[in-house]
Amino acid sequence: MSVVHPSPTGLQPILKPQAHHAPGNFFTKYIFSTDHKIIAIQFLFTTLLMLIVGGALALAVRWQLAFPWESMPIVGPWLFSAEAGQISPEFYTMLFTMHATVMIFLVIIPILAGTFGNLLIPLMIGADDMAFPKLNMLSYWFIWPAIICFGMSFAYAGGPAAGWTAYPVLADLPQAAPGSGTAQTLWLLGVTFVGFSSMMGSINYMTTIINMRAPGMTFFRLPLTIWGLFITAILQAFALPVLTAGGFMQVTDRLLGTCFFYPSGLIINNADPTIGGGQPLLWQHLFWFYSHPAVYIMLLPVMGMISDMLSCMVRKPIFGYRPMIFSMSAIASLGFIVWGHHMFTSGMNPAVGMAFMVATMMIALPSAVKTFNWTATVWGGKVEFNTVTLNCIGFLSMFVVGGLSGIFMAAIPVDVYFHDTYFIVAHFHYVLFGATLFGVFAGIHFWFPKMFGRMMNEKLGKTHFLLTFIGANGTFFPMHFLGMQGMPRRYADPYLHGYLEHLLPMNQFMTISAILMGSAQILLFINIFYSMFFGPKAGRNPWNATTLEWTAPSPPPHGNFDEPPIVFHGPNEYAVHNGDKDFLLQTEKECEPPKPSDTEPENNTDNDQETSS
Amino acid sequence: MGKGWCLFFLFWPVAAVVSCAMAPMVGWSFPYDNAQAASNLGIRIDGLFYLILFVTAVVFVGTQAVLVYALWRGSSNRDERATYTHGNHKLELIWSIIPGVILLFLALYQMNLWADFRIKKYFPEAAVKAPIAEVTARQFEWRFRYPAIGKELQPKPQSDDLYSVNELHVPFGKPVMIQLRSEDVQHSFFLPALRIKQDALPGLQIPVWFEANKEGVYDLVCAELCGWGHYKMKAHVIVESEADYQNYLKNLTQQQFYDGLGKIAANENDSESEATEK
Ligand code: HEM
Ligand SMILES: [Cu+2]
Ligand SMILES: [Cu+2]
Repeated sequence: MSVVHPSPTGLQPILKPQAHHAPGNFFTKYIFSTDHKIIAIQFLFTTLLMLIVGGALALAVRWQLAFPWESMPIVGPWLFSAEAGQISPEFYTMLFTMHATVMIFLVIIPILAGTFGNLLIPLMIGADDMAFPKLNMLSYWFIWPAIICFGMSFAYAGGPAAGWTAYPVLADLPQAAPGSGTAQTLWLLGVTFVGFSSMMGSINYMTTIINMRAPGMTFFRLPLTIWGLFITAILQAFALPVLTAGGFMQVTDRLLGTCFFYPSGLIINNADPTIGGGQPLLWQHLFWFYSHPAVYIMLLPVMGMISDMLSCMVRKPIFGYRPMIFSMSAIASLGFIVWGHHMFTSGMNPAVGMAFMVATMMIALPSAVKTFNWTATVWGGKVEFNTVTLNCIGFLSMFVVGGLSGIFMAAIPVDVYFHDTYFIVAHFHYVLFGATLFGVFAGIHFWFPKMFGRMMNEKLGKTHFLLTFIGANGTFFPMHFLGMQGMPRRYADPYLHGYLEHLLPMNQFMTISAILMGSAQILLFINIFYSMFFGPKAGRNPWNATTLEWTAPSPPPHGNFDEPPIVFHGPNEYAVHNGDKDFLLQTEKECEPPKPSDTEPENNTDNDQETSS
Repeated sequence: MGKGWCLFFLFWPVAAVVSCAMAPMVGWSFPYDNAQAASNLGIRIDGLFYLILFVTAVVFVGTQAVLVYALWRGSSNRDERATYTHGNHKLELIWSIIPGVILLFLALYQMNLWADFRIKKYFPEAAVKAPIAEVTARQFEWRFRYPAIGKELQPKPQSDDLYSVNELHVPFGKPVMIQLRSEDVQHSFFLPALRIKQDALPGLQIPVWFEANKEGVYDLVCAELCGWGHYKMKAHVIVESEADYQNYLKNLTQQQFYDGLGKIAANENDSESEATEK
C-alpha cells in the first residue's frame, strides 16, 4: 500500500500513500472518492441530514412532555393514523431511543471524527492524504448500512424500545418489550456498523498522524486539534472492541438463546423463558466500558478544535500548550476507569463504587484545568465577536455548566438521588449539545472557507448562534430543576404521579424553547447552502491563522499542498511581530523575537522551547 | 457591538444563579414543596448536595465573571497586538492544585455517608435481622410480600405470607430493610421523598434499608426503563406509626385469610391459593 520516502530535509521518514490517480469522472470524484476532503464533505452532509432527523425525533419527545397524549400537529395524523395522531407509550419509548441513537451514533461521533478528522488531519500535519485512502472511503460508506439498519428497525420492524443503553433483560429478550423483536437485533447490527466505520477511521487517523507528518512537525508542534483527534482515535481503538463483543453477545442471546445477560427464573409476559444463567450487570460493565470513553470521544476533538479556533480569534497563543495536551491525555486515561459511575445504583458492589467515585472526582480536574486555560487564552487577547468567536464562547459557557453538574453526580450519595432523573439529562445535554455542538458550529464556520473556498454569511451565522444559545439554555437549564424535583427520565407521562403533577408548565416552557432552537437550525442550513455557491470568495488564509491548512489553496486541490510544507515551530504563534502581521505561519521561518514589553517575565523559563526557531 | 455580546454572555450566569436561588421559594427544589427529606440519611444527602452546590456556585460565578471581563477588555483592545504569552507555570500549578484538593476533599468527605447508605456491614443491625418485606418489581407494578405477624421474612414465599400490590406500609422512626427483587426486566425502586434509589436486578436480591422520620404517603416510582409502561409503575409508600402499621398487617391478614365463615384461616395449609395475588 504505502512506501517510505526519506524526507527531503532528513528530519524524519514520511509514509506516503501510493500516488493515487487524480479522480476521473463524477463518480470517482464525488461519490466513491478516496480524497479525504471529499469524504469529509460527504460526512458533513450526511451528519447534518441526520441532525435534522434526530432533531425532529427530539421535538416529538418534547411534544409529548408538553402536551401529553394530544395529537401532534401536522405530522401526527400522518405518522400514527391508528391512534388519531397521538403518541402511544410504546412509540414514545422508541422515539427517545432513536433520538439518542441518531444523535450519538450518526451525528456527533461521525461529525467529529468523520468530518473534522478527515478534513483536518492530513491538512494540519502537512500530508497529501490519509495513510489508507480506500479504508477512509469505506469508513464513510459503512455509515450507510448503519443508517439503513436503524431506519428499518424504526420504520418497519416495530422500533427498538430499550433506550440507547440497551440494558438487558429488556433489550435482550425479544418477549420483554412487545414490538421490539427484530427491531432490536437490527439496532444492534446498526451499532456494529457504526463501530466498523469508527474503527476504520481511528486506525487510519493513528497511522496517518504517527507516520505522515511533514518534516519538522514534531509531536509537540501538532495543533491541539490534531492532539484531540489523535487521543480520540486511541480511545476508540481500545474501547470499541469491548462494545462490539458485548453487542455480539446480545445478538446471540436474542437469536440463539445463549443467555449471557439474563438469569434463570424470570417470568416475562406470564411465561418462563426456562433458560438462563446469565447476569444483566455484565452488559452494563461492557456497555459503559465503551460508552464512558465514548462521551470523551464526543468531546476531545472539540476541545482541540476550540483551542485552535479560540487562539486564532483572540490573536494569542494558546495558554499552556503542553498542559492542554497532558490534560487531554489524563482525561482519556482516567476515562477508562470511571465507567462504573454510571452504575452507582445498579446493584454493583457498593464498595467498588467508592473507587469509581474517587476516579470520577479526579477526572473533573483536567476538565477544569482546560477551562482555566481557555479563559486565560482570552485574557489579554484582541476579541472580535464574529460567528466563530461566539460559538467558541458558547462552547465554553455550556461546558462549564455541564462539567460542574458532573461533580454532583460524582458524589455517589447525591447521584443516587439524581441518577435516571432529568438532572442527568441536563448534564449530558449541556456537554453533548451545549459544548460539542457549539464547537461543531464554530468549526463549520471556521473551516468552511477551506472546504468550499467561500466564506459563510456573518449575519445569518450570528442570528443562528443567538437563537440556538437562547433555545438551548431555555431547553436544558430547567432540566436541572426537573431533576431536583425527582422527575425520572424516559417517562411518557410524568404527571401521573402526584409529586410531579405541577411540572407541566415548566415542561411546556422547555418545549417552546426547543422548538425555537430547532427552527434556528434552518438558518444554519440556509447559510451553508447559500454560501457554498454565493458566499464571498475566501483566499488561502481568511482568518490570518497559523496552521498548515491555511497555506494550501482554498479548497485544496487533490494532493493538498503546492509543495510539501516544512514546519519550523509550534501551532499558535499569534501576537508576534512578523512584518505587518501579528501571526507566524508554521511554515514561516523568520521570527523576530517578541519585544520584551510584550512578554511576561515568568515566560522565559517556559515550556515552549519549540517557539524559538 | 462587542460590548452587547459581553452583556449577553453575562446575562446567562446571572439568570442561572438567580433561578437557582429562587428555586426553593417557587417549589423547584426537592419534591413535596421542598420539604426536608423524610429520612435522616436523606437529610445528610441533602447536606452534601448543598455543600457541592456552594462549591460549584462559587466556581461557576468566578469563571464566568472572569471570562466576561476578559471578553470585555479584549473587545475594546485597540492595541496593535494581543499579549504574547505561552502560559504561566505558577498560575497553572495553582489552578490545578486548588481544585484538586477540593475534589479530593469532596471524595473523602462523602465516604462515610455512602458506607452508611449502602454497605451492608454498616447497616443498622435490627433492620438487617428482620427485613420487613420483599419488594418485587414487575412490568408494570410493585408487589410486596410481608411475613406473617410475629414471623420473619423467609427467602422463599411461605403459605402464611401477606401480600399487597402498589402499596407498601412501613413504620416510621425505626430503620427498616426490604429485600428488592425483579421478576422480569430491570426496574429501579425510587422513593424521592426519602432520597432512596436502588435498581432491582433480575436474578439478585438486593437489601435496601431506610428510616423514615415522618408520617406520610410518599410516591414510589420506577427509575429504570422497563418497557412501554415504565412511567405508570405507580405505587405509594405509607409511613405510619408502629401501631397503625401493626393494625394494617392485622387487617391484611384478615382480608387475605378470610374463609367466608368469619374465621381467620391463617396458618392453615390450604390457604396458599388465596395468598396468591389475583
Ligand atoms: C467532559 C465531557 C463529558 C461528557 C461528554 C459527559 C457525558 C455524559 C453522558 C452522555 C452521560 C449520561 C449517559 C446516560 O446515562 O445516558 C453522563 C453521565 C455522567 N457523567 Fe458525564 N460527561 C462529561 C463530563 C463529566 C464530568 C467532568 C464528570 C464528573 C465530575 C461527569 C460525571 C458523570 C456521571 C457521574 C454520570 C453518571 C450519572 C448517572 O447516570 O447517574 N461527567 N455524562
Ligand atoms: Cu419498572
Ligand atoms: Cu421502569
